[in-house]
Amino acid sequence: MEIQEKKNIYVGVQTTQTRDIRDFMMEINSYKNILVFAEVGDDKVCENSLELLGEANRLKTMRNNDSWVIAAMVGNDVKKYAPTLFGYGADKVVAFDSPQLENYRSDLYGAALAGIINAYHPEIVLIGATALGSELAPTVAAKLRTGLAAHCTALKILENGQFTQVVPAFGGKVLGDIYIPNHRPQIASIKAGITKKLDFVQKDGVVEDFSCELKGFDRMKVVKVEKVHETCKSLTEADCIVVGGFGIGSKEEWTKLEDLASLLNGANGCTRPVLDAGWVSNEKAMIGTSGIAVRPKAYLGIGVSGAAHHTCGIKDSGLIISINKDENAPIFACSDYKVVADYKKIVPALIEELKSRK
Amino acid sequence: MNIAVCVKPVPDSKYYDQIKIDPVTKTWDRSGIPTVISDLDKHALEAAISIKEKHGGKVAVFTMAPPTMKDTIMQALGMGADEAYLISDRAFAGSDTLATSNILAAAIRKAGNFDLVITGNESDDGSTAQVSAQLGEWLEMPHVMNVTKIDCDGSSIFVTAKQDNGSIDYEIGLPAVVGVTRKVNKPRFVSIMGLMKAKQKPFNVFTANDIEPDPNFVGLKGSPTQPGGIASPEMGRKSEKIDGTPEEIAKRIVDELYKAGIK
Repeated sequence: MEIQEKKNIYVGVQTTQTRDIRDFMMEINSYKNILVFAEVGDDKVCENSLELLGEANRLKTMRNNDSWVIAAMVGNDVKKYAPTLFGYGADKVVAFDSPQLENYRSDLYGAALAGIINAYHPEIVLIGATALGSELAPTVAAKLRTGLAAHCTALKILENGQFTQVVPAFGGKVLGDIYIPNHRPQIASIKAGITKKLDFVQKDGVVEDFSCELKGFDRMKVVKVEKVHETCKSLTEADCIVVGGFGIGSKEEWTKLEDLASLLNGANGCTRPVLDAGWVSNEKAMIGTSGIAVRPKAYLGIGVSGAAHHTCGIKDSGLIISINKDENAPIFACSDYKVVADYKKIVPALIEELKSRK
Repeated sequence: MNIAVCVKPVPDSKYYDQIKIDPVTKTWDRSGIPTVISDLDKHALEAAISIKEKHGGKVAVFTMAPPTMKDTIMQALGMGADEAYLISDRAFAGSDTLATSNILAAAIRKAGNFDLVITGNESDDGSTAQVSAQLGEWLEMPHVMNVTKIDCDGSSIFVTAKQDNGSIDYEIGLPAVVGVTRKVNKPRFVSIMGLMKAKQKPFNVFTANDIEPDPNFVGLKGSPTQPGGIASPEMGRKSEKIDGTPEEIAKRIVDELYKAGIK
């Protein structure tokens, strides 16, 4: 039977051609392996990237072929982190070290990662949706003229082999499936806390040095890099998270939530209105679609109304308890236990109770 | 200084909890929800208007939307933008971010020479945060997102871009594309006088024939990402009520937390 269908395929930065469907399938199938962009920050590999290595291994098992998990690092003197990447699930590490890549710039990092992808032809690319990754992912997708699904909440491989990305819209109220049928690689960005890292296992692997021409803009200069060091426990590490919403009412009241969190050896999180109001200055405390996703053993929500863009960031928590004086607060529907009361009466009692049990 | 600002009309995010999914047709229903300028795009407009007030020139608004969205664009003109370009054609329907940025870039190129393109970092509805950087790629200009501070001396911009562990300051010779966050400024209100003046400002419409985007990346057919089914996230829990005096409630909460392994 003659195959008549013609398909366009766009691969890498090459120009497009109309091809016979058989050539198209061969071309698509020549893209194998799962590549994880391993971001380095604060002299270590980002937690988000390690989680993605775990996810890449899960996808690899579902692929049922001889796919590799490739971790790609870009920077200056980053090759030394290869053992960490192997330990968390990379089969191969590609390191692009160059003094030009000392500081992040969208043009140079974009050119570097696009160069790696063009050389290794991965089928799937996973990029952490950090501030850097959220900018690098669309940059690289545009350079390669391929598809990118942003802030995926789940990745699936269907029975027919179709890679499917689930993305939130309308602040998490709607979840939509995304496919990238005719373009390679299929790129996904994923926020911290959505996927799980593997347990560290000491192992060796192949490290390959990579370099290509870095075409950037001479008129773009980094003039200052400022690092802020964390002083509080991060939300992704805490077993218990005490979250305050706009119902807290003022910055003064916020300190009580801090006392509560410290008695529980936990961390404080907040919703977007709280951050916008300036009661909390640490942006990393914000949970939800525009912040981070968390999965603590226990979540205690105080004065949180439960808008979709917050609740989609807490749904994988172990226990969820909420205190709100509004009986109709949507947060209650996704809570294991609800307390319909003024938090100002409950929180002092909680603090006393915890102190009495110490 | 000629500054282009991309503005997206979106369903008002205050009402997103009202959006329902029809279980049969698997489509979402946003009926009754008003359309507004996506929040961060107002910050983009404010940044552009302030730079224009200092250095002269004009601010042009670019919106890819159906013709019914004219009222939303008038709000942008009412804020102080000087002219508007509505990019509207059935051929553009279903465009993903790569196709949208291709079309917006073609419209900006067609409309004239712009020194600076400002967008919101992300839209309220899709929140993909992709169009700004991809616009930079199609326009072949340096681009920066997550901008919390922007200054301009007429030939270069000086921006601070938020990172997870701090920030990076850049100096970029123009032209350039920037995506701004909420932190960058406080948008001015639209006055009645502003809206009156808006009616006199040039309002241009571009269709597919007026601009020259890369034809391989236009509309649903030219979009690498294709939409599949939609669903509501499943997160219902038992919602058991804890009653009693504050002390009794506190005791029960602590019991449950301890049971969950918190110490």
